Amino acid sequence: MNWTTRLRRWLVREIPMEDLLPDRLPEYVHSYVYFFGVLTLASFLTLVLSGIVLVIFGPTWWHISALGHFVNSVHFWAVQTFFFFMVLHLWAQFFMAAWRGGRAVNWVSGVVLFLVSILTAFTGFLSQQNFDSQWVALQGKDAFNALGVGGFFNILNFGQIYGLHIVLLPLLLAALIGFHLYLVRSKGVVTPIDDPLAPNEGAHHDE
Amino acid sequence: MSERSSRQYRGYRMVEADLVKELAVAFLVVLGLVLLLALLFSSPDEPTLTAQQVALTHPAELEATAIHILDGKNAIANYGPPYNHGTGSVQSLGPISPQAWAGVTVPLDAKSVFVLTPLRRVSALDPALGQALAAFQAASPAQQASWENAYQSALDHARVVGGRLLVPASASGPLPVMMQAYLDLARGGTLEASINLNGHVYQTDFTRALLLLQGAPLTRTAAGQELLGPEWGQMKEPGNYPGAVWLWFYTLLYQIPPFLTSPAPDLLAGATVSVVTLIFLLIPWIPGLRDIPRKVPLYRLIWRDHYARHKRK
Repeated sequence: MNWTTRLRRWLVREIPMEDLLPDRLPEYVHSYVYFFGVLTLASFLTLVLSGIVLVIFGPTWWHISALGHFVNSVHFWAVQTFFFFMVLHLWAQFFMAAWRGGRAVNWVSGVVLFLVSILTAFTGFLSQQNFDSQWVALQGKDAFNALGVGGFFNILNFGQIYGLHIVLLPLLLAALIGFHLYLVRSKGVVTPIDDPLAPNEGAHHDE
Repeated sequence: MSERSSRQYRGYRMVEADLVKELAVAFLVVLGLVLLLALLFSSPDEPTLTAQQVALTHPAELEATAIHILDGKNAIANYGPPYNHGTGSVQSLGPISPQAWAGVTVPLDAKSVFVLTPLRRVSALDPALGQALAAFQAASPAQQASWENAYQSALDHARVVGGRLLVPASASGPLPVMMQAYLDLARGGTLEASINLNGHVYQTDFTRALLLLQGAPLTRTAAGQELLGPEWGQMKEPGNYPGAVWLWFYTLLYQIPPFLTSPAPDLLAGATVSVVTLIFLLIPWIPGLRDIPRKVPLYRLIWRDHYARHKRK
């Protein structure tokens, strides 16, 4: 069997374009809570764009340039909006019990995204090369050392942490976001709890 | 709509949606918001605390740091893994100690790295320092300890006059010469660079230089900014900026017993956060927890239009 053919057939079957980018959704998808996810994604895009500018000019630029400091401020506030909307999205999905109907893996991918985001933000704080980084690194080292990982994940090693922050962790986040969105699209939007249109629906039986 | 979607949404009225336009609008809204916040509030950028600053403003504190590195009382000198075989900062819960199991992976001979080697590097410029270093290293450990104790006692009565640190005379052998040179090295601004020297031009790892001031000097500076652990420092930024508020649960643990009084607070907090995270991850499979949304009827608000339109018969 041709591997390329198999991969193409799988992709066409699993990710049909009309599901990936649907232009029609069920009428119950009608609430402000559905904006939290897309606002989180928009914040991520803002973080990536401002991060790219900061990376192009190097880690010391923003300390000595007014424009650099402004770009850093954009990056800083985008972190705040990213987490603000992500936490709202997370609680909204919790109170909608969005894991129902075979969507539990998507809940798990969302929690993993939250954890990787925390790690990414943490490495960002460590990469600032200012007093905040110095304090966070020296306070945080004891926690990582106590857990036995401080030698491998050395938060005082700027080269290691900066590399993780600007390359590996954003790539991991982007891949996880892609997987998360793929699951949303392939499983469809979760139906309302006690849905009058689905008489047998029940949160206890359809995980 | 694909066949699969048709099956998923069977029985529901479908309405037009434009996800790409929604994302574009959301992006513009967020971009506008963060540009506004950046313009109005900027972002924090406090410069690092340097040995030069400490030497100029709190010279006795820097000398005490150096003396305690030599006598082994400094926290890093007696830290334990991953830096050395000390025991001062090794955390364990009963027989469980991942820190001890991981072993020494970032070896650091504190005496040599932080004090003796930086002094040796400049001793060629100062013959008196060279002789003092030679005398110190030729002395027995007991003799060294006696000099260190005498110097530390004298340092307790030191005064700063005209910008100079005056330490009363004591039976501390070569230490006054060594400590004055150490202070001068820091005042000149080259102490961290010397500690961090690795024999190569390129450097990206500042572990050693950062660890020098991790005790009293840094804690004093952070206390001035209300960034200490009991002040919820783990989730704060310098100044009035929002910090890592998403770490509220982790930070909370350090404010309450048994974490507050535990000899292994970080290990206990790490273990607790790991367990809570695992529970959070597995909510869809945990009876009771997964039923909370049904009992807290926020969903009635979220889908109120849908319920109003299709009242259950």
